[in-house]
Amino acid sequence: MSASLSPARIAVEPAPDGTPGPAAALRRNARRLVTLLRQRPAAAVGLGLIAFFVIVSVIAPWIAPFPTNVASGPVYAAPSARHWLGTDDGGIDVLSLVLVGGRVSLIVGAAASAVAIGVGGLFGVVAGFFGGWVDILLMRITDYFLVLPDLVLMIVVAALWGPSLSHVILVIGLLLWTSTARIVRAEVQSVRERIYVRRARTIGVGNASIIVRHVLPQVAPLLIANAVLSIALAIFDETSLDFLGLGDPNGVSWGIILEHANDHTAATYGAWWTVVPAGLCIAAVIVGCYLLGQALEDALNPRLRISHFAFRSWRLRPLVGRGKEAT
Amino acid sequence: MIRGDYILKRATFAIVTIFVVITLNFFMFRVLPGTAVTNLAKVPNASIQLKRVLRREFGLSLPAWRQYLDYLIQLFHGNLGISFANQLPVASNLKSALLNTLPVVTIATILSLILGIATGVLSAWRRGSKLDQLSTNAAVVIYSLPTQWIALILLIALSSYLPTAGTQNPFQIGPVSFWAHLGDQLTHMILPVITLVLTLYGGNTLIVRSALLETLGEDYMLTARAKGIGKSRMMRSHALRNALLPITTLVALSLGTIVAGAILMEVVFSWPGIGEALYQAVQQRDYPMMQGGFLLITISVVLCNLIADLLYFKLDPRIQG
Repeated sequence: MSASLSPARIAVEPAPDGTPGPAAALRRNARRLVTLLRQRPAAAVGLGLIAFFVIVSVIAPWIAPFPTNVASGPVYAAPSARHWLGTDDGGIDVLSLVLVGGRVSLIVGAAASAVAIGVGGLFGVVAGFFGGWVDILLMRITDYFLVLPDLVLMIVVAALWGPSLSHVILVIGLLLWTSTARIVRAEVQSVRERIYVRRARTIGVGNASIIVRHVLPQVAPLLIANAVLSIALAIFDETSLDFLGLGDPNGVSWGIILEHANDHTAATYGAWWTVVPAGLCIAAVIVGCYLLGQALEDALNPRLRISHFAFRSWRLRPLVGRGKEAT
Repeated sequence: MIRGDYILKRATFAIVTIFVVITLNFFMFRVLPGTAVTNLAKVPNASIQLKRVLRREFGLSLPAWRQYLDYLIQLFHGNLGISFANQLPVASNLKSALLNTLPVVTIATILSLILGIATGVLSAWRRGSKLDQLSTNAAVVIYSLPTQWIALILLIALSSYLPTAGTQNPFQIGPVSFWAHLGDQLTHMILPVITLVLTLYGGNTLIVRSALLETLGEDYMLTARAKGIGKSRMMRSHALRNALLPITTLVALSLGTIVAGAILMEVVFSWPGIGEALYQAVQQRDYPMMQGGFLLITISVVLCNLIADLLYFKLDPRIQG
């Protein structure tokens, strides 16, 4: 992979007037994505899963067979020809709930991930680019946030703030940025020392313009990979917050479906159909994000030590690490 | 000297983090607009006198730094306040909750580690085989399942065979022999433990596998093979021993997952532990309990991280501060 990357990196070295700007970088990244999908079936499967759920969520109001706010059958009716996935504790059609519920979960996932990428990207770029005491300060803050158990902090803040959709998004986003900040910082530190950046600086290009024109296009693919992985984590957290009664009380989401099943003792009725579909949808979206994000990350940076998900084993070892990059 | 430096550095980091947590705990509950104690003084139909009494009782008229100082002093005396819900000291509530949580979490962590290491080693050994693919794919899927979902499914599937709520049979009347009591408690633990093991298992397997694969690619593995050492000995004394480092890290890192998993599991199985206590506190807006629970959980996570750091240091003589 890295062999095929290097010519591209040479090609991006800008003429003094900087013509191959963001547009060229965008085209190059699009080409990379197509190659990636062709080379790694896992990435294609992941993208397919995500696309499927996005499309279903968009058209959910039109394909949902019943309304999600009125009873359309008896309480806890088993799956039948009329209600494919049965009904819940209020006699509401579970299939419709699951279809519509995907919207909130995906919106929260995407929005919270955007917040996390924004904050993490900013921290990472500023710390990595400027170095010195700015770097030390920002990374210290990141370290503290990294140690704290996310969900507990989310629960407390969400409880104090009151349940609503925007609060859930902000709470998740503002606590999910730490690994992104670290990964981006490491990448920016290496970009900063590349020849074309040094040349740009020599001819008097300002910091802001170097960041926008030269650093961001190089970091962008990494940010996208991280965004995809963050979506999965955000959906996980959203499901948990909803389950603990801290989500939007009037909304329908996969987490709230599970919360209802637990609160209204679906288990005593043996109503497995209220639980199984929502959980499988969550798992499918998360597997999708995982496959796509992991493939992107592997392709972009095969030697990456710090990462989201299962491979975060190196995430917390910044002060101990073996490599120089880890400090 | 270098060793001392390293330990000092990590310990300082842990202590500073704990102070950050305490400060965060103070300001989150007091300074955020319209929360906690400010809400307390907003009792519906409260007379001005009542408000004044409440303000004085909670020291709200004092400047913020004085309140913070008082809070620190009380904290170091072990005073976490009085629970709004049951009027008992938060510290004693949390203590009994912790005693319920610890056994389940400990057993589940150990079991999931054993399972994760076993399957991780197996699939790294037979890399690329059908077995490896099956195990890795299964781990990814299990990793993606929400804890509360696993718990609910187990609840529905096994509710007629195993107890599904609480730590012991509430209908057990009269004196019961020690063993019968222990047996009862253990059967109540089965489903919570299975839930947590499944929650942790996926991540563990994936990390052990990737850690081992990385070790297998090192030069000394090639040397060992050239020397003609058998495959199992190579695995045991060369690969696994070095892979122990990331595995130690893994335990420290899964702490967040363990905490989150324990909270969700306890809510589903009505297990009267820390997670359930935090959940109830959130439901009842019992702020002293929330504050105490948050503090206890985060400080234990920070301390466990420190222990893992020191352990890592002990395992890896190459670390130099």
